[in-house]
Amino acid sequence: MSKVIIFAEMADGKIKKGAFELLTAARAASLTTQVIVLGSGSKSAATVLSGWSVSETFVGDGGVFDQYNPEIFAETVSGLIKDSGADVVLASSSLLARDLFPRVAARLSTAAVSDCTTLNLSGGLKVRRPMYSGKCTAEVSFLSNGPKIVLMRANQLPVGDAAGTSANVIKDVPPPSKANLKTLIKDVLKGATGKLDLTEANIIVSGGRGLKEAANFKLIEDLAASCGATVGASRAIVDAGWVSHSMQVGQTGKTVAPALYIAVGISGAIQHLAGMSGSRVIVAINKDANAPIFQKATYGLVGDLFEIVPTLIQEFKALQN
Amino acid sequence: MKIFVCVKQVPDTETKIKLKPDASGIDTTGIKWVMNPYDEYAVEEANKTREAGKATSVVVLSVGPKARVVETLRTALAMGADEAIAIDAADDIDSAMTAKALAAAIRAEGEFGMIMTGKLAIDDNLSSVSQMLAEALQIPHATVISKLEYGENFVVEREIEGGTKEIIELCKPALIAANKGLNMPRYPSLPGIMKAKKKVIKELTLEGLGVTASDARTKHLAFQLPPEKPAVKMIDGDAATQSKTLATLLRQDAKVI
Repeated sequence: MSKVIIFAEMADGKIKKGAFELLTAARAASLTTQVIVLGSGSKSAATVLSGWSVSETFVGDGGVFDQYNPEIFAETVSGLIKDSGADVVLASSSLLARDLFPRVAARLSTAAVSDCTTLNLSGGLKVRRPMYSGKCTAEVSFLSNGPKIVLMRANQLPVGDAAGTSANVIKDVPPPSKANLKTLIKDVLKGATGKLDLTEANIIVSGGRGLKEAANFKLIEDLAASCGATVGASRAIVDAGWVSHSMQVGQTGKTVAPALYIAVGISGAIQHLAGMSGSRVIVAINKDANAPIFQKATYGLVGDLFEIVPTLIQEFKALQN
Repeated sequence: MKIFVCVKQVPDTETKIKLKPDASGIDTTGIKWVMNPYDEYAVEEANKTREAGKATSVVVLSVGPKARVVETLRTALAMGADEAIAIDAADDIDSAMTAKALAAAIRAEGEFGMIMTGKLAIDDNLSSVSQMLAEALQIPHATVISKLEYGENFVVEREIEGGTKEIIELCKPALIAANKGLNMPRYPSLPGIMKAKKKVIKELTLEGLGVTASDARTKHLAFQLPPEKPAVKMIDGDAATQSKTLATLLRQDAKVI
């Protein structure tokens, strides 16, 4: 293995953090690295990549590349991968990548493996990923001769700093022909902005039925605001209609792996644990000392959340100052 | 318009997972098998579409050990699907083989307007068969779909990161992978269950569909159970003391805040 091509995603005119995790890993393994960046502002965003030992960057800035369309992206990305001759393709395991790369893989007669949690690039590719809701992990062996496509879960790899200046030749990608498109993006309705998504967040504060009623969810939002966290929820309160499904953590919701996960008033049904047990540090706040969540927790606080959370907000605010 | 629905049989989430002694996979003895939860939304949407008079029939397919996947197919029939096809295969064949088998089986059945799937299977969590199947059949796809409207084309809603929603129009035929929220899957009714028992489930083989081991692109191996978590550290005291201690531990020991 000598050559890697990284698919870097854009958000708000910048390359997302996940891409820098992958760039750090590729640089540490001294691999020849190419990057694909598609989206509005990618041309100017790509200039930072010279600090990451990148030899070449393919940018698609503007027009059809500004909004993800599986047909257009599959055509473009599979072509770039094929032409690059890369042995390994790396991307973050985002919703976009999970949608796109299996199709790209089918086109290139290879495989795309999503949601990987360990990546070793030195001396041959080695990846592992959780299976069966995190109840075990497995190594992935690639059987094709084509490029091996690995999608990494966010927050699993360290991010280094930019260093040195590499060639980083920036090349414009021509848009594919739009004839006979069968997929049309009609509209994009922006959700809440300014907050990292649950799947990318470094800190998550989640609330559950222990909050008693929908209005009390504000406590969770306040606690999250006091420590820069993204807000999550248990299935019970999503199904009860207190908060939207986009906030659900666990099976039939999102799988998350932040550095810190604070579960407030969540008993810890197995479906919830399946989505968050990969978090590095887990804090459980619950009035029931026998709640299953404490078996997965790093720190456990038994007590009344309506007393604990307000004092915790004060403590977190004091730390921020 | 005929609808195909692809369903996978997976271990129930509550099932304890044990590994085979050689770590080549999981020990499947004693596992309770269920329909993948996201596939229930797919079956329901197909049935609703037919009931609304917008489809002629719903054919459900599953790839896996025939002796047990027929159970999941009967559940789908009891929910209202018209026909079922079991494609006999080992329980650990990869996405590429699965997609190729499904594509061959669907092609052999003739014309169709829609393929419904679940957005991912909760066992391997790959979310890859749907898109690979769409590519094999050269039809458009959309995944993570929580809303579907039928007109001359399909108009679907796909929720992505940050609660943002993409509204996508797909020409027919198309593959649509369901997310939670698309509908409320019904429980099989007793008459439905009785009727499903009498239906003949068509059986196909990988060999008959032209799929061989050389079509595999990946294999999962060297399975491991997660390392034992250190015991939870309980923090006692009144609320103010608990909060102070926790904040200190998160800052100084765990260094996460």
